[in-house]
Amino acid sequence: MKRVWWLVLCLRAAAAAAQAPSGDEIVRRVDANMFAESRIMTSQMVVHGERETRTIESKTWQRGTSDAYTEYLAPARERGTKMLKLGDELWTYDPGTDRTIMISGSMLRQSVMGSDLSYEDMMEDPRLERSYAAAVAGTEDVDGRRCWVVQLTARVEGLAYQSRRAWVDAERWVPLREELYAKSGRLLKTMQLSDVREVEGRWVPMHAAYRDVMKTGGGTEFVIRTITFGAPLPGYLFSKASLRK
Amino acid sequence: MIRFLLKGLLRDRSRSLFPLLTVAAGVMLTVFVFAWLRGVEASVLQSTAHFATGYVRVTTAAYAADADQMPNDLALLGADTLLAGLRRREPGLTWTPRITFGGLLDVPDARGQTRAQAPVAGLGVDLLSPGSPEPGMLRLAAALVRGRLPARRGEALISDELASRLGIRPGQTATLIGSTMNGAMALANFTVVGTVRFGIGPMDHGALVADLADVRAALDMANGASAILGFFRDDLYHERQADSVAARFDAASRSTDRYRPVMETLRQASGLSDLLDYMSVILDAVIAFFVFAMSIVLWNAGLMGSLRRYGEIGVRLAVGEDKGHVYRAMLAEAVAIGLVGSLAGSAVGLAASYAMQVHGLDIRALLKDNTMMMEDVLRARVTLGAAFVGFVPGLLATVLGAGISGFGIYRRQTSQLFKELEA
Repeated sequence: MKRVWWLVLCLRAAAAAAQAPSGDEIVRRVDANMFAESRIMTSQMVVHGERETRTIESKTWQRGTSDAYTEYLAPARERGTKMLKLGDELWTYDPGTDRTIMISGSMLRQSVMGSDLSYEDMMEDPRLERSYAAAVAGTEDVDGRRCWVVQLTARVEGLAYQSRRAWVDAERWVPLREELYAKSGRLLKTMQLSDVREVEGRWVPMHAAYRDVMKTGGGTEFVIRTITFGAPLPGYLFSKASLRK
Repeated sequence: MIRFLLKGLLRDRSRSLFPLLTVAAGVMLTVFVFAWLRGVEASVLQSTAHFATGYVRVTTAAYAADADQMPNDLALLGADTLLAGLRRREPGLTWTPRITFGGLLDVPDARGQTRAQAPVAGLGVDLLSPGSPEPGMLRLAAALVRGRLPARRGEALISDELASRLGIRPGQTATLIGSTMNGAMALANFTVVGTVRFGIGPMDHGALVADLADVRAALDMANGASAILGFFRDDLYHERQADSVAARFDAASRSTDRYRPVMETLRQASGLSDLLDYMSVILDAVIAFFVFAMSIVLWNAGLMGSLRRYGEIGVRLAVGEDKGHVYRAMLAEAVAIGLVGSLAGSAVGLAASYAMQVHGLDIRALLKDNTMMMEDVLRARVTLGAAFVGFVPGLLATVLGAGISGFGIYRRQTSQLFKELEA
């Protein structure tokens, strides 16, 4: 009788293992859900500083995963500021000085508009599969949703974060929580993603809360106001000349 | 009696010349070292006050804790109200707001692309208000190498060294790339109207001086300031007065908020506390060493003199002169030598110090990587204190030397005197 019980247990364990996707599979599904050939998005970034809260509005046109053009719409001080990412180059245009400046070197570590995000974050390849090796570390519930806990370890040199721990919604393949670590193992940033909605067949977290643990403020909220996928993008946007227009 | 002693000193040069030269040399050295150290100290204090901390400085408590990092996210807000309050409550000082910041100065080419770029140490000061103390405080007119001083908004001065490095001439425009007080990237154009050389290493490497209003606009610091600096009207650091101004200011605030304004004295704000203490110890040590060394030398001179004047003193005692009288006469001679030697030494020391005050010593070559707010031409500083600092030790050393060597007089036995004199 004992032998039968052992057999049943082993079979159930094997079945469960067969159901659990591998880390790479989870990451592949996350990438497939999150990224499209083109994306147009209006968003609001609410920066909760220690002394004041600022809201910055912008519109972004994204081509694939390597090119993006962002125009800041508000507040008045930032209106007309533009940011262009072309592959591994990042440019910013300031209408006040009429200058286009390439952001490189130590400037990449600066905060974007005083938020908890850095330019380096913007330069990261958003496709996790390309940059990180993934392993499933277990399952946990986040906001009442069953999540795979995935441990991501950098597989290429020069990434802003050596490792990440992501809680990925097991049904919708959207990360709901992330922790970003330095090479030393020190926690650098946390992310909480929520308000997940289905948009054009994709699950999109419309609200993200970022927190740079080195900063003293109350974190940064990123709220997507509108988002469309697959819309045709004007080609002229993705050139330096478009910044001064 | 005095005439008798003076005649003896003048006629017997071996009795007066050596001690006189010794005292004069020692006093001269003390006066010169004193004036030199006071000059260096004053240079460090004034440069630090003018370019960094004032004689007292008001910042937020959080800013004060990390002031070296120039954390403008922790800067004072509502600075104009605070400034008005300080001017009303402490009218004995001149108060002025400042913004210190770091960044990059980017020089564009004809197409607006970056041609050259270099880090700058920025200073936002009130350049344009009528009657502003800042142009005088920073000695801008004297520091100007090329071009002119800013006369309107959007104009700036940069260090001549930086201008050469960037290949920029007065009249050209450069873009400051910095960080707003919220941590966002800040860009602002400035017309470089002049280049300056302050003679202070850290400023001459890469200074940018612009009007406070322009810097506030560039760094999104409306009505903000990194610090409000207070300067004594005679432009000298009065430590006790500074301490009491700071104590009064801090006593008026009961807040524990990390953004509350706090006042620090130059000593607290600059990190020069150790250096100032060290210089004070050096001065005391120089004077103590001088008194000790001179006393030993003059004691020996006195002993040799006593040996040489053995017969003379014996005769004086033999003819009935009191031992105490002889001893006092020797002390009186020492006072005369001390007075003349100290006067001569002080005069020569002051003259040498004055020459060093006027001409200075250029140590630019030694200060290539200097980060201290210190002028690269070191000058002595002739003060009233310098005139007296060597005088008392000079007199003291001479009297001490004569006093110790003169004890031998009391060992002479009257009964033996004639025997000694016969020999």
